[in-house]
Amino acid sequence: MGVVHGQEMVLNIGPQHPSTHGVLRLQVKTDGEIISEIKPFIGYLHRCFEKHCENVTYEQVIPFTDRCDYLASMANNFGYVVAMEELMEIKVPERVEYIRVIMAELQRIASHLLALGTFGLDVGAFTPFLYMFRDRERILDMFEMTCGARLLYNYMWVGGLSHDLPIGFVESAFRFLDYFEPKIEEYNNILTYNKIFIERTADVGVMPADVAISYGVSGPNLRGSGVKWDIRKDEPYSIYDRFDFDVPVGIGEKGNLGDCWDRFNVRLTEMGESIKILRQALTQIPKNGDVHQTIPKKIRPPKGSIYKRTETPRGDLGFYIISDGSPIPNRLKMRSPAFTALSVLDEIGRGWMLSDVIAILGSLDIVLGEIDR
Amino acid sequence: MTVDNLYNWLMGFFPGITESPILLIIAILVPCLALFLFIALYALVAIYGELKVSSFMQDRVGPMGQGVGLHAGKWGLLQPVADALKLLTKEDLIPEKADKTLFIMAPFMIFIGAFIAFVAIPFGETLIIADLNIGIFYLLAVGSLAVIALILAGWSSNNKWSLYGGMRSAAQIISYEIPAGVSIVIVIMLTGTLNMQDIIKYQDGGLFNWLIFANPFTFIAFFIYFISGIAETNRTPFDIPEAESEIVGGFHTEYSGMRFAFFFLSEYANMFVVSGIASTGFLGGWQSPISGYFNTPSWGVFWMLSKIMFLVFVMMWFRWTFPRLRVDQLMNVCWKVFLPIGLLNIFGVGIWTLIFG
Repeated sequence: MGVVHGQEMVLNIGPQHPSTHGVLRLQVKTDGEIISEIKPFIGYLHRCFEKHCENVTYEQVIPFTDRCDYLASMANNFGYVVAMEELMEIKVPERVEYIRVIMAELQRIASHLLALGTFGLDVGAFTPFLYMFRDRERILDMFEMTCGARLLYNYMWVGGLSHDLPIGFVESAFRFLDYFEPKIEEYNNILTYNKIFIERTADVGVMPADVAISYGVSGPNLRGSGVKWDIRKDEPYSIYDRFDFDVPVGIGEKGNLGDCWDRFNVRLTEMGESIKILRQALTQIPKNGDVHQTIPKKIRPPKGSIYKRTETPRGDLGFYIISDGSPIPNRLKMRSPAFTALSVLDEIGRGWMLSDVIAILGSLDIVLGEIDR
Repeated sequence: MTVDNLYNWLMGFFPGITESPILLIIAILVPCLALFLFIALYALVAIYGELKVSSFMQDRVGPMGQGVGLHAGKWGLLQPVADALKLLTKEDLIPEKADKTLFIMAPFMIFIGAFIAFVAIPFGETLIIADLNIGIFYLLAVGSLAVIALILAGWSSNNKWSLYGGMRSAAQIISYEIPAGVSIVIVIMLTGTLNMQDIIKYQDGGLFNWLIFANPFTFIAFFIYFISGIAETNRTPFDIPEAESEIVGGFHTEYSGMRFAFFFLSEYANMFVVSGIASTGFLGGWQSPISGYFNTPSWGVFWMLSKIMFLVFVMMWFRWTFPRLRVDQLMNVCWKVFLPIGLLNIFGVGIWTLIFG
């Protein structure tokens, strides 16, 4: 009896595949169901945003940041304006800071809901996806109420906001939180602690902390590996140092530390922490105050450069801006958290089955708009 | 049964041509046509049911018609009709590199497998197309016809995803035949017959005479059979051969229009067959749950259909609740859990019958 050698087959997952979360092509080498190599091919959604930014004024960059991570536009706006304000050394009114935090945290919940829902979809659970979309819809309604847009807001401007909060926003936000808080338990019942879901995700795609750090993975993916790192806590920007909240990390509850289940659960727990921040912010927010920018319309930051990172739902989003004193940025570079998350896929996905690779990709929660920019 | 009755009736009607086989052919064709219409009607009901069951589980209303104009009718009742018409009128695509003969053959083969299984399902005391003396054995045998069709479809599409689907379905369906068969053996042991009608007649006398409640082992056997049946029909949580998020539809990736409709129809038809065997073998078939009441033949049809539709509903319930298993986990469940328990069950039923029987 000789040894049976399987033949390796090259398989293209994507760019038209329901589980690649956008237009991503994964070239995988498979031996039967086992995947021996994963090569991500990106660029299908490349729109030259960074180059565009070198040709428009500082104000006009903000809509581009919307379109990078289109599931967390508010957080991207936030990252850019925080960097710009630090470069220009502007102090924004209290009310503006609070509204920004409220919007960013609502956006974090919305983005995590979509991430968790599509992850459920990747492992074959259809119903939780629609439950989460139902609740995400209410957040989008509130955004629509505030700035008229549901996906791409262009809401935060350098030195202020485009609109003040509408009448009744705070009440409706409280109503939403009261409605949403028990829903987390519902998600736990239908998905998190489902036996089949645990079988599919626990111990799958384990990302040890050292691998995560060496690849530069950040955000919930890093915290899923047990590293307590959150820019909101460790390098507080805006007014995050005023709020009392925890940073949930993976503890390997259902399997090894850093598996898909841990990453899933970190996101789910983080929504609870966002609710905590929202409750505090909505209570403390100053009742009145002008939110419009007091600086001249044409922004001319002083000569110099800045690198500022903020915690978006996907991790550390960094903006590196070089200013030469003109109204147009000399160079603008974004450090994308989803890009680093995708780069680790080959490392943690090798040797798993085809179904697992889909689950691992889902658990990393990538957004192609941000990877390709 | 029905064929025989029809044949005798026709012979009485046309005594002159008794020698010719034409009457027999008519007597066979007429019930088959009726059966085909029944399957089509059932598929419409099941598709509507699936739409509505999924909607209610997902906190939506599903297809609804409102106001005047072209819409899906009251409560969306016409939605399955619209779906069927759309599939029928859609362009029929055959990939250029596909193996055309096999590609065309596969949907018909899978439908034939499902269709001929209906022949032996007892809808009522007298309402069965062919009352075979090896009915349940026949059903198990034709049930595995689907796997050939699925492999054909997967192979002939000349698509890597389809190939994955075909291979997965082969492994899955063949594996789950065994626990399903082992559970049916228990039914045969207790009733001592392979005839579907005799199995049902054995369970006469109300709810607690049904085989599922005969002893603890049959209770377990019912669940093993039913879960294996779900796996054989490729339904969630065992839908890995067509896993949409992994292998993009699997064996039916390349199929469209009418051919896809046949796969779709056969899936629902197979659900009916599996539920039919489960309700015949364990839930008393057309017997009323209350001994002596509602036991007329027409009530029998009602009981049989409602038992089957209930089990079909449970399958839909599963589909919209559970995530999907992985291939190796699926095999683990089959070979390491169901098969040992199934074999122990046979042993247990034997002992039980020896002591209490």
